[in-house]
Amino acid sequence: MKMISIKKSDWAGAMEKVQKSYRLAGPVKEKKGHTFRELKDGETPDLEYSETRMSVKEVVLPQSEVMFSYSLDENKEGHHILEEVPFDETPRAAVGIRPYDAKAVEILKKNFMTEDYKDPYFERRYENLTLVGMAENNPSPVNFSTSCGTGPFDESCLDIILADAGDSYIGKALTEKGEKFAAAAGFAEGDSGVEAKLAELKEQAEGKIKSKVSFDKIEKMTILDLYEAPFWEEAAFACINCGTCTYACPTCWCFDIQDEVKGKDGVRMRNWDTCMSEVYSVHTTGHDPRHEAWQRTRNRFMHKLKYYLDKYEDGIMCVGCGRCVSQCPVNIDIRKVCQQMNDYEPSK
Amino acid sequence: MDAYTDKIKEISKKILSEGKVDVVIGFRKGTLGYMSEPYMAKSEKEAENLVFDCNCRMNLVNYVTNRKDKVGIVVKGCDSRNLVTHIIENKIKREQLYIIGVPCTGLADKKALLDLAEGEITSVEDDNETITIKGDGFEKKVAKSDVLQSNCKTCIKRNPVIFDELAGPEVAELEISDRFADVDEVEKMSADERWNFFGELLSECTRCYACRNACPLCYCPTCFVDESRPQWVGKSDNETDVLTYHFLRAFHDAGRCTDCGACEAACPMDIKMRYFTRKTIKDCVEKYGSEAGMELDKRPALDQYKINDPNEFIK
Repeated sequence: MKMISIKKSDWAGAMEKVQKSYRLAGPVKEKKGHTFRELKDGETPDLEYSETRMSVKEVVLPQSEVMFSYSLDENKEGHHILEEVPFDETPRAAVGIRPYDAKAVEILKKNFMTEDYKDPYFERRYENLTLVGMAENNPSPVNFSTSCGTGPFDESCLDIILADAGDSYIGKALTEKGEKFAAAAGFAEGDSGVEAKLAELKEQAEGKIKSKVSFDKIEKMTILDLYEAPFWEEAAFACINCGTCTYACPTCWCFDIQDEVKGKDGVRMRNWDTCMSEVYSVHTTGHDPRHEAWQRTRNRFMHKLKYYLDKYEDGIMCVGCGRCVSQCPVNIDIRKVCQQMNDYEPSK
Repeated sequence: MDAYTDKIKEISKKILSEGKVDVVIGFRKGTLGYMSEPYMAKSEKEAENLVFDCNCRMNLVNYVTNRKDKVGIVVKGCDSRNLVTHIIENKIKREQLYIIGVPCTGLADKKALLDLAEGEITSVEDDNETITIKGDGFEKKVAKSDVLQSNCKTCIKRNPVIFDELAGPEVAELEISDRFADVDEVEKMSADERWNFFGELLSECTRCYACRNACPLCYCPTCFVDESRPQWVGKSDNETDVLTYHFLRAFHDAGRCTDCGACEAACPMDIKMRYFTRKTIKDCVEKYGSEAGMELDKRPALDQYKINDPNEFIK
């Protein structure tokens, strides 16, 4: 494992250098604050940010991704046959993502890269991607990542971790992918003090997180007990069933496949979908098992905090980033709902 | 604002206990200091949770669409005008409602509060003139006028137009000198400039539809963007489809929008989609002399035909 130490004044230069062999995505300061997006050549990922509304999910599972193209023109050879669209094989790096967002990518893999089935679109994007994390010294008040098996300094799912140590960024290359990236960027090697400093910053940052959730009792309850719990209608009353939480969530993985044709040229694409929407669950018969708005809200929380927990036996489908909490228009708070679920005592 | 809260609780308990209503739809304190959450009280005990403050940004008329029970509802001036439109459009009957009107001095802009905060906001207090933002190790007082939501700055009706009881004495209406200055700016642009301006405005839209779902006017059983037979609009993040959604939504709301600001308050990306709805408001005011939802016996401007309708502008 290689230690890294890079002066902040050298950061832009290193990123310029690395862009010769990598395409980058990262936080950029714009008019309304920082956004996480694809960077243009010469743009530097800005590590001095507190949060980005969208996450690294966009890089591995874009909001809209074309899978095939086709022509409906019968005069053309190969008409009506789906053709794969070219994929840019240039290595990519997501630079400056939060460590718990990397954990979210690991959660996405449970859906898209299983032993039995590998989603080729997700897989090629993932395999091609280096995850360069930026630890969070000052977690936001809605951050509860330490309750979710990760945290502001979680190294487990990153290729490189960096942290702000005043005049410089210090960190570690954690994997082979990370070492390659560090070499391409020309990161200076850090001394033996780096590890101790990282540990110190980690302890301080984790200590600042006051927001906690518990789900220890949820796994012992039956699905039906929780499903039929009396608090759902009240908990979901305010919900307007928009897609804010699902789109902002780095672990929400649902998508919808659409064909779009313009003239005689068409594409088959997949787009993010949201279980908050009625068109998500309505059947072709017209029957909708989640017709009531509150039932859709219940489904989202049951999926994240119960079905996932039972199926994968590896915690909840949430990394505690707090995006859904701060972005929800009506203040539905997953921390409160999780507590309600955990505290629930089904009557016998 | 505490006086409003006390009065809302008092009225709610009374109408619930007397059986005048089955439920009261209002707000309760949120988990974040700068948020209040739409809430439905079903008993006198639950009515104790009701609050009203400058964080009550949602329009509760959105929650009464097609309800069959007897409903108490808390409305600000703008919301009350949506209630009028709801009654005209048969989305709820006047007899089903017990309307608790709030003479409103405006809402605090969520982003303005967050920009002022020096850490976690634990509470936002509002005495109608000054806002006090309290948080972890800081306290800041600002004039309410400095942090008002943008729609509240050009509000034409702060007092409810329809109510059974008020939660406080009526407040003075605003004197607005240049109500549509923002729309005028856009109108002055060349077609190309305007196209670029709209593109920039919507560049971050994720089509989460929070604006639509927060809007009491958007009650279509299936929205045109969700239709699949025929499919009117593409579903991706394509720029033209995003523009189409926002433009068509604004046109659907033309003559009915009260500029309550719930759409912008709901947007997670801070998109100012009121540029579109406000243009329709301006046109209805200037061309038809019509303000949405002011009277129960006056249908929305584009919902009626009169032989003497002005028509100079369509020659």
